[in-house]
Amino acid sequence: MSSFRPTDRPRPDDNARGLFQGRLSGHPIAAAFAASVPVLLGYTTIGFAFGLVLVGAGLPWWLSPVSALFVYAGAAQFMSVGLISGGAGVFEIALLTLVMNARHAVYGLSMLDRFSRSGKLKPYLVFGLTDETYGLLTTVKPPESCDESRFYFWLTALDQSYWVIGCAAGALFGAALPFDTKGLDFALTALFVVLLVEQTKVVSRFEPYAIAATASAVAFVLAGPRNFLLVAISIAIGGLILFRGRMERVTPPGPPPHAPEAAGGPLQAQHADGGPLDATTSRTQPPKSSAAAEVPPAAPTGGLR
Amino acid sequence: MIAKMLFVVAAMTAVTFFTRAAPFLFFARKKPPAVFDYLQRYIPPAIMVILVLGSFKDIDFAASPHGLPAIAGALVTAGLHFWRRNVLVSITGGTALYMLLIRIL
Repeated sequence: MSSFRPTDRPRPDDNARGLFQGRLSGHPIAAAFAASVPVLLGYTTIGFAFGLVLVGAGLPWWLSPVSALFVYAGAAQFMSVGLISGGAGVFEIALLTLVMNARHAVYGLSMLDRFSRSGKLKPYLVFGLTDETYGLLTTVKPPESCDESRFYFWLTALDQSYWVIGCAAGALFGAALPFDTKGLDFALTALFVVLLVEQTKVVSRFEPYAIAATASAVAFVLAGPRNFLLVAISIAIGGLILFRGRMERVTPPGPPPHAPEAAGGPLQAQHADGGPLDATTSRTQPPKSSAAAEVPPAAPTGGLR
Repeated sequence: MIAKMLFVVAAMTAVTFFTRAAPFLFFARKKPPAVFDYLQRYIPPAIMVILVLGSFKDIDFAASPHGLPAIAGALVTAGLHFWRRNVLVSITGGTALYMLLIRIL
């Protein structure tokens, strides 16, 4: 989760040389480890929070590492805790998982080529395509010295190991030292807020946000809280398709407000221009002509999701 | 209960893997239609708006404290993230504030 800054990514080659002077240098695992440090920090911490939330909801601790190992989707895992302890049905949970993780389908689109040479490692690379791993795979270049597929494999496997370790540690800690976790599940809301802020740096047009906010209001009135997510997402997708003509109309020429590369650094964030949520601001800027500038979709965000 | 939990994990595993494998299954040979390219760009921001607003759907704004802890927690999270852009700082700060407010308000 902490890998949200594509620009200050570690350079695997250099860092690996510093960290692994011995036998491991040159092995893809060394380069992959160096590249994965931001995810190490993020996944262990958020995994730890997940374990605490899970145990706090009255579920057995082992469910945390088991979920991390098999499901391996942070936001869906967080969501499932509330649903399981609230007695929701398997079908309902599966459906919400589908809706929540549907965004992962778009990641694969940009990995089709890259994974096509991965042979028997490919199923695991696809399984491990979380938001953060996707972010790393698309921003970090494999060092010349090692095999591209094996580098991707170790990057993916290390990322998952951090998540499993974090989830297990949090659950064990919570089970051993019971403390008042009431409200800790707000971490999920906070995660969504963070991902939304990240999105505003990738997609600066206001329309998708306005469409989604309208869809949410309509869904709340029509469907109520119970089926909110499913209905809101359906309406939003319908709305996006409806506005496609307007969205893809040729926009005035001019440089995009900020190129994707520049959207990275922490300093950039301080001068955030109000973001796409502010319709007036984004109108005064030359709207970026969607295409090139805004792909890949959620680059390093989205994750756990 | 344990059987049901394992069943849930199995279902979530299958569904999650399906979402990640879908493009490889369906579009490995033929190009996805243009509308996919458009949607893959704009669905992520739309989903995030819905997930954030959806987090507030069970709050009773009529009763005290009128959803204030959640609103303050979300605003502080967003503010921290625009300012520092550090995921851990943003999430920890917003969640800590929320946990504090639901206890004192």
